[in-house]
Amino acid sequence: MQHPHTYDVIVIGGGHAGTEAALASARSGASTLLLTQSIETLGQMSCNPAIGGIGKSHLVKEIDALGGAMALATDQAGIQFRVLNGRKGPAVRATRAQTDRVLYRNAIRRMVEAAPNLRVFQQTVVDLVINDGVIAGVVTQMGLAFSAAAVVLTTGTFLGGRLFIGQESQPGGRAGDAASGPLAEKLRALPFRVDRLKTGTPPRVDGGSVDFERMEVQKGDEPRPAMSFLSTPDDHPRQTCCHITHTNSKTHEIIRAGLDRSPMYSGAIEGVGPRYCPSIEDKVVRFAERDQHQIFVEPEGLNTNELYPNGISTSLPFDVQIAALHTIEGFEEAHITRPGYAVEYDFFDPRDLNHSLETGSVEGLFFAGQINGTTGYEEAAAQGLVAGVNAARKVAGLSLWTLARHDAYIGVLIDDLVTLGTNEPYRMFTSRAEYRLRLRQDNADQRLTPMGRDLGIIDDNRWSRFERKRDELSRLTSTLKATMVSVGSDYAGCIKQATGDEIRKDSTLLSMLRRPGITARVLSGPLGLDAPIELLQQVEIEAKYDGYIRRQDESIERAKKQEQLALPNTFDYGVVEGLSNELKQKLSHAKPTNLANASRIPGMTPAAISLLAVHAKRGQRTNAR
Amino acid sequence: MTETIGAIATPPGRGGIGIVRVSGSGAPAVAERILGQCPPARIATHAVFRDANGDSIDEGIAIFYAAPRSYTGEDVLELQGHGAPIVLELLLNLALSMGVRLARPGEFTERAFLNDRLDLAQAESVIDLINSASQQAARSAARSLMGEFSNAVMSVDQKVLKLRVYVEGAIDFPEDEIDFLADRDVATAAEDISRALTNVLERSAQGAPLHEGLDLVIGGEPNVGKSSILNALVGDERAIVTAVPGTTRDLLDADLVIDGLPIRVRDTAGIRESGDIVEQEGVARARAALDTADAVMWVVDDGEADPVPPALDAPMLLVRNKCDLTGRVAGCIDDRDVRLSALTGRGLDELKSAIKGLVGFEGGEGAFLGRRRHLVALEAARASNYEALAEIRAGRAELAAEALRATQHALGEIVGVTSTDELLGEIFAAFCIGK
Repeated sequence: MQHPHTYDVIVIGGGHAGTEAALASARSGASTLLLTQSIETLGQMSCNPAIGGIGKSHLVKEIDALGGAMALATDQAGIQFRVLNGRKGPAVRATRAQTDRVLYRNAIRRMVEAAPNLRVFQQTVVDLVINDGVIAGVVTQMGLAFSAAAVVLTTGTFLGGRLFIGQESQPGGRAGDAASGPLAEKLRALPFRVDRLKTGTPPRVDGGSVDFERMEVQKGDEPRPAMSFLSTPDDHPRQTCCHITHTNSKTHEIIRAGLDRSPMYSGAIEGVGPRYCPSIEDKVVRFAERDQHQIFVEPEGLNTNELYPNGISTSLPFDVQIAALHTIEGFEEAHITRPGYAVEYDFFDPRDLNHSLETGSVEGLFFAGQINGTTGYEEAAAQGLVAGVNAARKVAGLSLWTLARHDAYIGVLIDDLVTLGTNEPYRMFTSRAEYRLRLRQDNADQRLTPMGRDLGIIDDNRWSRFERKRDELSRLTSTLKATMVSVGSDYAGCIKQATGDEIRKDSTLLSMLRRPGITARVLSGPLGLDAPIELLQQVEIEAKYDGYIRRQDESIERAKKQEQLALPNTFDYGVVEGLSNELKQKLSHAKPTNLANASRIPGMTPAAISLLAVHAKRGQRTNAR
Repeated sequence: MTETIGAIATPPGRGGIGIVRVSGSGAPAVAERILGQCPPARIATHAVFRDANGDSIDEGIAIFYAAPRSYTGEDVLELQGHGAPIVLELLLNLALSMGVRLARPGEFTERAFLNDRLDLAQAESVIDLINSASQQAARSAARSLMGEFSNAVMSVDQKVLKLRVYVEGAIDFPEDEIDFLADRDVATAAEDISRALTNVLERSAQGAPLHEGLDLVIGGEPNVGKSSILNALVGDERAIVTAVPGTTRDLLDADLVIDGLPIRVRDTAGIRESGDIVEQEGVARARAALDTADAVMWVVDDGEADPVPPALDAPMLLVRNKCDLTGRVAGCIDDRDVRLSALTGRGLDELKSAIKGLVGFEGGEGAFLGRRRHLVALEAARASNYEALAEIRAGRAELAAEALRATQHALGEIVGVTSTDELLGEIFAAFCIGK
């Protein structure tokens, strides 16, 4: 049967990519349908109960700056907030929130239900309708057909998902939820390259059976940061703390003895797991010299005793899990509520996507989230937002929207995926961003909210708050520029008292900010400047980093020029004389879309870039004829 | 805004006049600094070229071309002075000290093409130019900086990567107990890199004397008359020539100038299996010389029916010697194939034109620029590393990381780009990461 209502955009999947995609599509003005296997699990956090962290909170703040849901939901669900890298510099400073799973899910569901243009329907999708390489709709389990001009697929680990605990394995996308088998088969028939990845979770533990006295307490940070531009700590629920304990040599002994029954080491799992999030058995094998590994004991929520022992994800047999856990300080009597498991799943090679996240071979079909080989709620949500906006723009006949590497971490994420692909679950790190000093948490709004407003995805409330901050910043900057600190003045005296710096030359307060000792706190404290500390801090960062950022601007200019030189998919690197065979192979494999992408391929030299530039330009001019 | 590049635009050692060319939006500023003012566009202006202290380096003609009416399509400044290499190097260094980047081989032509100043038909020649010029530059740099140069740079590059593992690891994994930034070892590693870079730079500066000439190697089997050809070209008994095969046991070389093109010709031992240890060594050196040559003359006996020269990177000329014995007519068979008699001198003029044709007069750059480019990269790496050291000492992790990224980027100009994924791989191999 054909569903009587027609939608512009259909989003398949209700996880972090799916909900963000559906909300973004709806915000863009497209009538949108979200199809999920289970409405109860909209916004479900299937892995650890936390949002943010290094590189990841940058993504969350960017999603927020573009009107997304993740940061707002985190503020409604966060039960412990921390600032990471507080002393390593403003660009790598990050926010991490421990979240209550139920509160988070509820927050997301509320936003989905309240969104204009957005409807939810519970049914498993079993097929895509594709006519002559163009998407036309989807078919669900009960034979219900929906037509739509754009479809966003965000099925996470559910495609061909298989769960492993010891030598037992069964199909599934997440413990307790079925895998999407028929759809996986249909997709495998399409011309996308498919591969396998794996990830794992630790056993969950009943907090009532744990001795917290024997563990180190980890409290949240004060002053407490908020995740969204629109939130304050007053929006947070009751706060709680985490604990830290460690494995020991006894634990490791038990794990080693169980390795022969581990699916990872017996070869039952072929997918590649993330190097930065190894299972405890991997840690014990690869770093045999370490006699302990850290475990963060994270609460699953405010209204449950259940705990998430972060750091011991495993697919060892259940009896080994129990025995190993009981050797750990504080966990001697611990009761496991859910066994740890590994999940192996299909992902599609993201190099088959465009920067808009539209697939190269099926027009109107977009992929977002773990299906593209990423891991993490934040990475998924970021892609969801981009895919959702673009699905709506596709239907409206507008040009598709892409973010550059110097615009946002979202741009880095998508560019890395579609140009280099990945052979492990891809996670964001700040080191991936070559323009790291300008892509900060504190300026995410300035970088992206105006862009979002142009796209039509920023509502009036956020826009007026943004404008207010922007105006205050520019007023503050002009004041600092207009305020002279003359030799021997009161200001100079205050500065000498606060920092020990002798002022020997008249200069503006703004240029004084470039000095290491003169900080926002000095301005607001001893100098008595009347402005919010966050704004002063931002002006300080901009002043101190001005030189670095201008240096980066030059390389951005160069990259922009290189981006204009397209390298078509059909480009034959074999005929480029002067390229080494190794580079020819790497380039043919990576198929960079333009010269800027090519320049990031390992082993590229300036001469090789010159050769490609001339070839690319020749191609452009031949086509222009 | 375009990045401003500069280079010596005339072939090395070519004589009377030498030209330093600067292209990009910074060209007018360079003119003001060196000439006192930017000359009016497209008018040859006599001027004194002065350094930063106002001392005269040379005098000559300056021409400024305003964008887009110039060879590259950008603002271009040409300083035409005396051809002495030292004067040109001083002028170029002066421009480089003003933030001008040393042009890559063929980059002026590349820019001309990218800015639509050349027509499509010329694209092929641009590609060939960049290709041959960069290969030649790599060869000449490797030669002038000795064989171990690239090994030394690679080893510094690895050290930088290792240090970045610590710095980036501490930044990206603050919860993994791997923050060793405050450890003395991290600063020590940066100091070690500084020393290594200084060492490579010093060795480069003291390296083999620079031969500005083109490196032309004569190769072939024993007793085909290689040394006779060298003697005939040079016109004196430079190499010992006898009828005993294997007489030339080591490399012999001679400088000559063909129509202003400086050439260093190197004679080699004949390539063959030999039991004689001294001769074996000579053969090994001959092979090495052939591998690094800018161009090769492969000599065969004209009596040989179907000579098969070895496959080499460098452009090669087949020279059939001893046509006085075969009675065939001396002269060019085609661009890359000459018949002659070193004994009678017949065919020698044809050989000289073939050599000119083989290496071309345009597009090449001498050992000075090839080496200079590498020195610029090494100096940039050292400066960034100093910055990193200061930031490490001040405890500013993200600025230290930024400076180290720049250090590695500069070394990448020589040894190729290092990707973030390689860096992350090293972090995961070194540390147990992950909650």
